[in-house]
Amino acid sequence: MASNSILLAGFGGQGILFAGKFLAYKGMVAGKEVSWLPSYGPEMRGGTASCSVILSDTPIGSPIIMHPDCLVAMNLPSLEKYKGSVVPGGKIFLDSTLIDAEVGRDDVQVFAIPATRMALEAGVSTLANMVMVGKLIRECDDLSFDGLDETLHHVVSARRAALFDLNKTALNEGYNYEG
Amino acid sequence: MEEKVLMKGNEAIAEAAIRSGCRHYFGYPITPQTEIAAYMSKVMPKIGGTFLQAESEVAAINMVYGVASTGKRVMTSSSSPGISLKSEGLSYLAGSDLPALVINVQRGGPGLGGIQPSQSDYFQATKGGGHGDYHMIVLAPSSVQEMASLTMKGFELADKYRMTSMILADGTIGQMMEAITFPETKSETVDTPWAVTGTECKRPHNIINSLSLVPEELERFNIQRFERYAEVEKNECMWESYEMEDAEICVVAFGIAARVAKNAIVAARAEGIKAGMIRPITLWPFPKAALYEASKKVKAFVSVELSMGQMIEDIELAIRCSRPVSLCRRVGGVIPNPEEVLNSIREAMKGGN
Repeated sequence: MASNSILLAGFGGQGILFAGKFLAYKGMVAGKEVSWLPSYGPEMRGGTASCSVILSDTPIGSPIIMHPDCLVAMNLPSLEKYKGSVVPGGKIFLDSTLIDAEVGRDDVQVFAIPATRMALEAGVSTLANMVMVGKLIRECDDLSFDGLDETLHHVVSARRAALFDLNKTALNEGYNYEG
Repeated sequence: MEEKVLMKGNEAIAEAAIRSGCRHYFGYPITPQTEIAAYMSKVMPKIGGTFLQAESEVAAINMVYGVASTGKRVMTSSSSPGISLKSEGLSYLAGSDLPALVINVQRGGPGLGGIQPSQSDYFQATKGGGHGDYHMIVLAPSSVQEMASLTMKGFELADKYRMTSMILADGTIGQMMEAITFPETKSETVDTPWAVTGTECKRPHNIINSLSLVPEELERFNIQRFERYAEVEKNECMWESYEMEDAEICVVAFGIAARVAKNAIVAARAEGIKAGMIRPITLWPFPKAALYEASKKVKAFVSVELSMGQMIEDIELAIRCSRPVSLCRRVGGVIPNPEEVLNSIREAMKGGN
């Protein structure tokens, strides 16, 4: 795939921007062109947050994603708002612990991951976002687990090294989830 | 070449300023540029610099005036409503021929407006804002990499011509992250024999002032200043030509609008319309000659702006109204999508025949 546009959305506080930042670093470490664009309105202080990440083999034009290849939805309002915009043949990843709804499209692949429950059970209750990212990496051909440690070192500061393993646990949970 | 780093546009400005030798930052927080101040507040104290959150934008720009008088590199940053407050200071900086860097990460207006991206301060930046005959060098980055490189360039040009350089960015470019590199070359500096640094009783006093009560003298200062501006117009125009070799439609856009326009041009070419773009990187001086040359070859121009249509006037002047110029615009914090720009290109192609 020459280019992969990923839209992540959920409540403020779920780590939507962090998950996007991780993916952007992932692309950078893999030598791709990357852009990361957050919503920066009042939603940063609660409400719906979203973030657009583009990973590309060629220079990126607009960083704004109109029709994502992948949607990661971590609450119902986000799924409702963005599911129609995903390109035909695209992928929708939803947190099925928090979203009890049908996507209602048969032209996209849907992955329902009980990420919030999985994170809780794995002892990383605040990292459902990274469970979702783990699954996303598994299902996207242009992403891989290669360079994972290097990427994590970019996003987890040295002062908070304990979070490094927790993030890895969450990513592994998602990556290994069958469904 | 240094390692790539992922940074927000706002952070790239701050880091580039520090690497350019700027050790004095004065500002007042406002969305969507607060990361600049935040970055400065972390780094400046560690490197012996000054970070000062002023009591207001007016105070901050006058602190900039103070440091600029000593010939040191200095900057302030704000967003649209805050720049209006700084406008008196911008006029005084111009009237005193002081170099400084001012950042405007634009948001929708007028008034308090909103906090989403906009380009509606184009007139304010390129035509004045403050009172009196003056210009600023206005640089329009369209990527995080350019946020860094044009910050460095902005300091160099400000020093070289004793002018204020303004980075005219927008909320999107300020907030987005891209992987960038910082050039290793040191930013060029110039001598500042005019600076107020203490005479040590060895030379006459330097005086920094914009007051001049003798009309003939004030007239002379204005004319001399505009002779310098003419040099800037001659030497410092920057623009990017994109797919212009065989273009029949010339899109003109800067900043985030140019990023969106690139997608639209790719789509237009996919359906057989020969579209290209001239992206002004300096908004003042405006790349008039490049547009005039293009007007001899293309059928029509499309100005893509996040304003009600401001740059379009400069395009029409530059091409002496020799071709139709249409406007594709969204305002209030809305960004046009590539489909909208593509539609404008299609319309221009129909009308331009």
